Amino acid sequence: MESLVNRYRNLTILLLVIFAQFLLLAVQVKNDQDVRIIRVWTVTAVTPFARVVELLRGGSVGFIRNYILLHDEDAENRRLREQVGSLKLENIFLKNELNTAERAKALGVFQARIPSKTLAATVIGTGAGSNAKVVYVDAGSARGVERGMAVVTPDGIVGKVIAAYPTASEILLATDADFAAGVVSQDGGVRGTLKGQGTPLLKVDYVPISEKVQTGQWFYTSGDDRIFPRGFPVGVVQSVRDAQPFKEILVDPAGLRHGLEDVLIITQGVHQDIPPTPATDQPVYIAPAPPDGSKPDAPAATGAAPPITEADKLRQAYQASGEAQGHKFGSGESGPPNFTGLTTSLPQTPAPAAAPGAGPKPAPGVTTKTTDSTRHSNQANGEPTGSKQR
Amino acid sequence: MAYSSGRMLLSQSDGPVSRFRAWVFVVIPLLAILFQVYVPLFFPILSFLEMPLLVVVYLALTQRSQIGGLFTGALIGLAQDSLSKNPLGMFGICKTLVGYFAASVGVHFNVENTAIRMLLSFFFYFFHQFFYWVMQRMLLAQQPAFDYQSWLLFGALNAVVGASLFHFLDKLRATA
Repeated sequence: MESLVNRYRNLTILLLVIFAQFLLLAVQVKNDQDVRIIRVWTVTAVTPFARVVELLRGGSVGFIRNYILLHDEDAENRRLREQVGSLKLENIFLKNELNTAERAKALGVFQARIPSKTLAATVIGTGAGSNAKVVYVDAGSARGVERGMAVVTPDGIVGKVIAAYPTASEILLATDADFAAGVVSQDGGVRGTLKGQGTPLLKVDYVPISEKVQTGQWFYTSGDDRIFPRGFPVGVVQSVRDAQPFKEILVDPAGLRHGLEDVLIITQGVHQDIPPTPATDQPVYIAPAPPDGSKPDAPAATGAAPPITEADKLRQAYQASGEAQGHKFGSGESGPPNFTGLTTSLPQTPAPAAAPGAGPKPAPGVTTKTTDSTRHSNQANGEPTGSKQR
Repeated sequence: MAYSSGRMLLSQSDGPVSRFRAWVFVVIPLLAILFQVYVPLFFPILSFLEMPLLVVVYLALTQRSQIGGLFTGALIGLAQDSLSKNPLGMFGICKTLVGYFAASVGVHFNVENTAIRMLLSFFFYFFHQFFYWVMQRMLLAQQPAFDYQSWLLFGALNAVVGASLFHFLDKLRATA
């Protein structure tokens, strides 16, 4: 037996090492827990080097631009060319500096504006896997970061802390397939679950087909997941499609749109209101009527109220018909006037410009009454009798 | 294989005997992992590079010790696991196997030739990706895409980078 083990020593050790790692893997998967100590060692060992590298990069970029590129230039032409080049680089450098300052300022303003307590952090590395949707930031448990805290930028949510080490924290980005969060539409009418897909776009799941969701609509955190406080922007709906059994809604994550350098970790979340939907029925300015009185029957020009609606016209037609029969409205002295045949002719009254004989011909009795009513109407408007028949 | 104080002896059956300084076994893997963590942050296009894998392949090939190779692979893989969101052991197991098989190849063949090194880098990249894909499906019950076209392309690119990297790392060997 011993000779057998000695003979296959290498293979035995290989199997033992593989078995040990399988065991490690099985324990983690079964208990859904990490072997934290190994990660702490590695992260604590690697992140200081990452910081040093970042410092060296920042310092060396400035050194190379400001010193080495301008060193040993004797030819005037070359010197000028390189000077222009270095000025361009400096310009880019200053623009970057300005961007950094503006970003820091925006972050500061945002930090002061929101009711939640936050901690600013800088991204110092990505996950080691080739499909990694995780990043490392330079704030860890020593600064109060805990697993499960939400990570945001002024533009929107970024992800959540999945591990907090003494010197750094690991952030699971919203685009990762394991990410999920509760969201609500801006008008508050549609609730769903935001899910990462491993692609740049996120998916809002569990929205019934009957709900109305439109492209361009904003989604905000709902606060239901107990990770993200309510009211943080998530993203804009890029596409909506009816699928079974729920709608298929894809959202462009606002927090990851412009790259990721500085983030805020929410150490103490406070729910806030979702900004109101911009009103679609905005008040419309209407200019005053032209003062020249170009319309002869305009109220301002005549001073009398013209028949505006069909009801007005109808009332005046009845009034004219009654007066033509000698009836005095409101006195109660005479019997009711005879309106027989008047109602059938009324819908045909608006034809003042029609040539005589043109169009359907009303009954003879009705024609008289209609003419009377038109006359009365014209009189009320201050026009000469029969002017509309001209 | 023999060890002297502060230096690790690398025997070559048909070539000159070379030594690796001990610090190489710490610094090179650390730099490879730093590269993997840091560089894609500024150059996302370079995220296809599997520097830790290339380092495992190189160290295993040149050590020509199967036990050394598998432990090198296991340690670098576990370190890589620690910096990813996956459970510990995924990269560890893959790289353990890569280290063991690379060292086995190094024992039987002359691996100083650049073309052979490129071929081995390509093969081990594909093997690594495929085995990782299998483990994701079998052990983690995930459904990753079987993107063999990307693996072939990235394997070729890693082989090209690997050849240059191996040439550079050869300079760290001190010929006795």
